[in-house]
Amino acid sequence: MATSGITRSATVSETAVFEFLLRQGDNALVLGHRLSEWCGVGPALEEDIALANTALDLIGQAKMWLESAVGEIDDSRSANDLAYLRDAWDFRNLLLVEVPNGDFGQTLLREFFFDAFQLPWLNALSQSSNQRIADIAAKAFKEASYHLERSAETVIALGDGTEQSHQRMSRALDYLWPYTGEMFVDDAIDTHIESVGIAPLPSSMRQAWNQTVDSVLSQAQLARPQSTFAHSGGRTGFRHTEHLGHLLAQMQVLQRSYPGATW
Amino acid sequence: MYAQLVKSEASAEDPIRLAEFQARIDRGEKIEPKDWMPAGYRKTLIRQIGQHAHSEIVGQLPEGNWITRAPTLERKANLLAKVQDEAGHGLYLYCAAETLGVSRDELFEMLHNGKMKYSSIFNYPTLTWADMGAVGWLVDGAAIMNQVPLQRTSYGPYARAMVRICKEESFHQRQGYHLLLHMMKGSEAQQRMCQDALNRMWFPALMMFGPSDKDSVHSAQSMAWKIKMNTNDELRQKFVDETVRQAEFLGLQIPDDALRWNESTGHYDFSEPDWDEFHDVISGNGPCNHERLEARKSAWNDGAWVREARMAHAMKNSERRLAAAE
Amino acid sequence: MAEDTSSPAAGNEWPLWEIFIRGQHGMSHRHVGSLHATDAEHAIKNARDVYTRRNEGVSIWVVPASQVSASSPSDKGPMFDPARDKVYRHPTFYELPDEAGKM
Repeated sequence: MATSGITRSATVSETAVFEFLLRQGDNALVLGHRLSEWCGVGPALEEDIALANTALDLIGQAKMWLESAVGEIDDSRSANDLAYLRDAWDFRNLLLVEVPNGDFGQTLLREFFFDAFQLPWLNALSQSSNQRIADIAAKAFKEASYHLERSAETVIALGDGTEQSHQRMSRALDYLWPYTGEMFVDDAIDTHIESVGIAPLPSSMRQAWNQTVDSVLSQAQLARPQSTFAHSGGRTGFRHTEHLGHLLAQMQVLQRSYPGATW
Repeated sequence: MYAQLVKSEASAEDPIRLAEFQARIDRGEKIEPKDWMPAGYRKTLIRQIGQHAHSEIVGQLPEGNWITRAPTLERKANLLAKVQDEAGHGLYLYCAAETLGVSRDELFEMLHNGKMKYSSIFNYPTLTWADMGAVGWLVDGAAIMNQVPLQRTSYGPYARAMVRICKEESFHQRQGYHLLLHMMKGSEAQQRMCQDALNRMWFPALMMFGPSDKDSVHSAQSMAWKIKMNTNDELRQKFVDETVRQAEFLGLQIPDDALRWNESTGHYDFSEPDWDEFHDVISGNGPCNHERLEARKSAWNDGAWVREARMAHAMKNSERRLAAAE
Repeated sequence: MAEDTSSPAAGNEWPLWEIFIRGQHGMSHRHVGSLHATDAEHAIKNARDVYTRRNEGVSIWVVPASQVSASSPSDKGPMFDPARDKVYRHPTFYELPDEAGKM
């Protein structure tokens, strides 16, 4: 498994919390960025505004997670340095959140898959042995509850709506499904984090996620894909998609072009 | 001048009703959706509120251009929140227009087919991050100057929308200025971006107040109806007077050699914008007219399936509920 | 091109809803504006996203705009003038001596 430069010589237990926080922060950052791409071009003003609210919540969450990440390793970098000066291989987000938005339906289906994980996950994290993590999770949990309500309702409406919308949602489902499995893969970091009471194993979220997803997909008249194949490589940083590089090239352009400048 | 215009706009209507209507406005009463109003008043308001609403949502685009490139998490959130507010302001204004008997979809259609305009400022490009500062400082600054008096406009729903918009918009200009202040303390490249942004935006910002009073066709009637509260030139002068100090504080040079304080008028003298350019931009030849309109049209067309599907789902749901009740 | 795709939606516009919000301090719900939504649930969610962005509300009511019945402006005289001379409904109508204390 690949590790980033700074963690190469360290043991899992030394870097696990930092890596864990990066995973939380990078998911929120990359997904928040993707949603922000919709601002101004949504299908209706009301939807445009709603999506921006979710994006703002996620960017706020990213800031909190990344700030606590730098606090954890006691290094001189800031949350912004982490967001704007790391290369793709140092990002620890799920592949699910970095793939392109596609149409509005695909964007909301991705959001739904993520929210359906985040809700039980953040709920569990709010009981974390690490007080800072518990506090962030408690705040993010409230936001995620509304995100899930909204994304689930949209997925149901678009799956059930018209012939055309149903087809589009079926295609989005086929595309996104193989990216959902990565959420539940435990690795050495997760095992360590679980052993010290910071968070449960991601795999333990499977059941709750299945329940939410099955219920929503059936209301949306969408058939849950049979395949259990899962892409991976985002959470570990071993192999991101090609898309993340483009996303970062855009997001980081000013910080990279004018080293040392403040904004 | 004013009386002639009233006559030409509303000649078909009962002069007694017209006089009563004008008297209500003169007394400072608000006109509400179900009240009688002259056809010209309704028509002018639909045009004005509609264009105002279109300006908000087309105005999302030049700033939206930089959301994904905002240089810090804080700036990204600020800018996103601001552009989101503009969608909200568009929404409030469309709703105000709808009380006059036109639907939002009809208004969109008129935007898309070119029958209605939006503010010409949004046909200029945003080329550097400093433009996010300049847009907030100058464009929102000019907009606020226009909108604050409109809180007292005679049409109730419009006035109420403006109250809400002004309350929300107070942070927009400040975040733009804040951004420039910060960049002006930075590197030479950053300072250069700021000056470049001002150089490009200054005259387009002055154009936002519309043509000079002597060339503005609708002014007098609209002012009598309290749809328009100040003349174009009054607001433009006020804007220049306030902005010069702010530019000095930033350490920026306003790109106008003729700009100087006039002791006798108590105002700044300044050069008129190039009105030929203004008319070019209005008639479709601005740097970004094509991009802006295409972006709006494709957002609308790409979203059609979503709007239809949501509606279809709601209808199915209500049928299901009825069936279950039987 | 724009006409083709937008025309079906034009006849199928989301209905308009009137939005009422109760602010932080236990006041009555107050009309804050309108928006478009497909049904009541959608309207409540949209109202949350559009009208409570600055922490303005603790409770939302939504009403289809088509269901609002309003008094007619031409009835304004008969509707509201009769209340105008009932000054005895206002506390200031009753002059009391200061000696009676605050009341």
